[in-house]
Amino acid sequence: MPTALIIEQLLNGLQLGVMLFLMAAGLTLIFGVMGLINLAHGSLYMVGAFACAAVAAWTGSFWLGLVASLAAAAAAGAIVEVTVIRRLYDRDHLDQVLATFALILVFSEGTRWLFGSFPLYLDIPPALTGAVALPGGVFYPVYRLAIILVGLAVAVGLWLLISRTRLGMRIRAGESDREMIGALGVDIRTLYTVVFALGAALAGLAGALVGALQSVQVGMGEPVLILAFVVIVIGGIGSIKGAFLGALLVGVVDTMGRIFLPQLLAALLGPAPAASLGGALSSMLIYIVMAGILAFRPRGLFAAGA
Amino acid sequence: MGKLLATIAFGLTLGVSGLAMAEPLKIGMITTLSGGGAGLGVDARDGFMLAIKKAGDAEISVVVEDDAMKPEIAVQIADKMIQAEQVDVLTGIIWSNLAMAVVPNAVAQGKFYLSPNAGPSPLAGAKCDKNYFNVAYQNDNFHEAAGNYAQTQGIKKMFILAPNYPAGTDSLNGFKRFYKGELAGEVYTQLGQTDYAAEIAQIRASGADSVFFFLPGGMGIAFMKQYAQSGVGIPVMGPGFSFSQDVLGAIGDAAIGAKNTASWSPDLDNAANKAFVEAFKAEYNRLPSIYAAQAYDTANLLISAKAKASVKDADAFRAALKEAQFDTVRGKFKFNTNNHPIQDFYVREVYKDADGTLTNKIVGTSFTDHQDAYAAECKM
Repeated sequence: MPTALIIEQLLNGLQLGVMLFLMAAGLTLIFGVMGLINLAHGSLYMVGAFACAAVAAWTGSFWLGLVASLAAAAAAGAIVEVTVIRRLYDRDHLDQVLATFALILVFSEGTRWLFGSFPLYLDIPPALTGAVALPGGVFYPVYRLAIILVGLAVAVGLWLLISRTRLGMRIRAGESDREMIGALGVDIRTLYTVVFALGAALAGLAGALVGALQSVQVGMGEPVLILAFVVIVIGGIGSIKGAFLGALLVGVVDTMGRIFLPQLLAALLGPAPAASLGGALSSMLIYIVMAGILAFRPRGLFAAGA
Repeated sequence: MGKLLATIAFGLTLGVSGLAMAEPLKIGMITTLSGGGAGLGVDARDGFMLAIKKAGDAEISVVVEDDAMKPEIAVQIADKMIQAEQVDVLTGIIWSNLAMAVVPNAVAQGKFYLSPNAGPSPLAGAKCDKNYFNVAYQNDNFHEAAGNYAQTQGIKKMFILAPNYPAGTDSLNGFKRFYKGELAGEVYTQLGQTDYAAEIAQIRASGADSVFFFLPGGMGIAFMKQYAQSGVGIPVMGPGFSFSQDVLGAIGDAAIGAKNTASWSPDLDNAANKAFVEAFKAEYNRLPSIYAAQAYDTANLLISAKAKASVKDADAFRAALKEAQFDTVRGKFKFNTNNHPIQDFYVREVYKDADGTLTNKIVGTSFTDHQDAYAAECKM
């Protein structure tokens, strides 16, 4: 097994991990503070990608597109919170799931109505194209390195926001006791809208960053949403630290499993059965890991309030 | 009981047919118009409706419904079209798993089914049916053509890649049927996967001379963009689906130079194709894809059969379909014993045309008068 391949896979796992963290951070914040299960989080990811692609095509600048993706996703999040989500906080989780699932359909068909059925084009900015040589004989795409840096920066920023600012203090207070901070005179409705918009903006940022690597199309958010839910369940629902470590764990396990599991099986079973069995097993791997962790820590690695 | 009634009703209609030649023809089109696969279905619908519009025959009516790429919805729509709307012919399905759910049931009820895209191997072999006509291809064909191309090019080490689902395994098996060189790697990815960093790292480490991948729709867009960024630089090839008109715009310049195999190309030199490409551009303001071309041929085949026989006279209509005397955009077309096409397969290359649009041009021929591998298993 060449070292270069292992290093490259570790970086790939890290990159997938920080991407998942951007999604999972919003999801876990919204659940932690408002107690809401938001299935439409993947739609906000899609909104970010489409906004970035549309603005980048119109202005020719990826960076303006990136700004637009943050603004559009935050705005979409705030509007949805005020018009729909606000009515759901006191309902049980089944109602929340139904209503936010309906939002997925509304967002998907709305996007198709606006942009058509064909995938949009969104390319990497010229400054970040190509691959660089890293120590150990590894060639790695610059853009993926940039994503890793952005993800780590956002993680540090979120940590500072939550542990060092007044807004963060209110968010933490909201997680501990919603009614009490309302009674203390904090405008809980505005706080909810702000937290929801913040989560939406992070999802939109993830969508725009990944959109340049993948295909900007309707329905792109749902596969990521499933992984993000796995991340917050592993990390402990409501915990930002858990989301961060869970995301890195899922990213690295998924990436390593996809390449090394089929090779391991090939050594045991021969190439033909290993190709399809390995493919099937490696796609199950993160769920197996999740089941294993939940067997020992039923509330996840860093359950809030535990 | 329902089947018995249907048979009796079928017998009665046979009894009264032959009196009037010009019977109306009602077509039910089930295709994917929402969700991630909608681009393919929209192109198929638009190609089909273009041919119907050009024919200008008031006796032909078409009902179109969206299957959302879900087998259970496709089955419901097919039942409704057969029972309530009483269509004579069904068509339109893009995906093989949906075709497998709908086609056997529809033909068992005496309806005709004409496939504009999906060609799963069972329907070409043991489960073939006299009322099922595939106007597109058998699933393995494009991949066989790519395998044959790789073989004739003398490529020594191929890395091959497809999603882990029936059409994906069919794809790699089709490729290996004609490619006899060494495999540097054979990888099945998850269906719907969007990140290919792990696979690209494997390709880099494999020392392959060339890469063959079958990743239709968004999967192929993601793979090609990431592959171009990785700096691996090993030439890629694929079936026409991986470089079809519906995805080229989103892949961008990264696709230029990629070789791919198909039974049709926008520059295929014949009068019917020129007229089709012109009319499609004028009507919809974009270039047609392979899905649009196949659906256009499907509609024209139906129109040609209707001119010869009433659909109520099933035997005569079936014979008229089988003759396949229509102006195909593929230059030539005929049906094999299993009602699947015998046709040529071309090697295409992605380039930028004079308007700056990415599209395909023909650079060679892989197979002439090629038939599928399952025809012998079909007992009709």
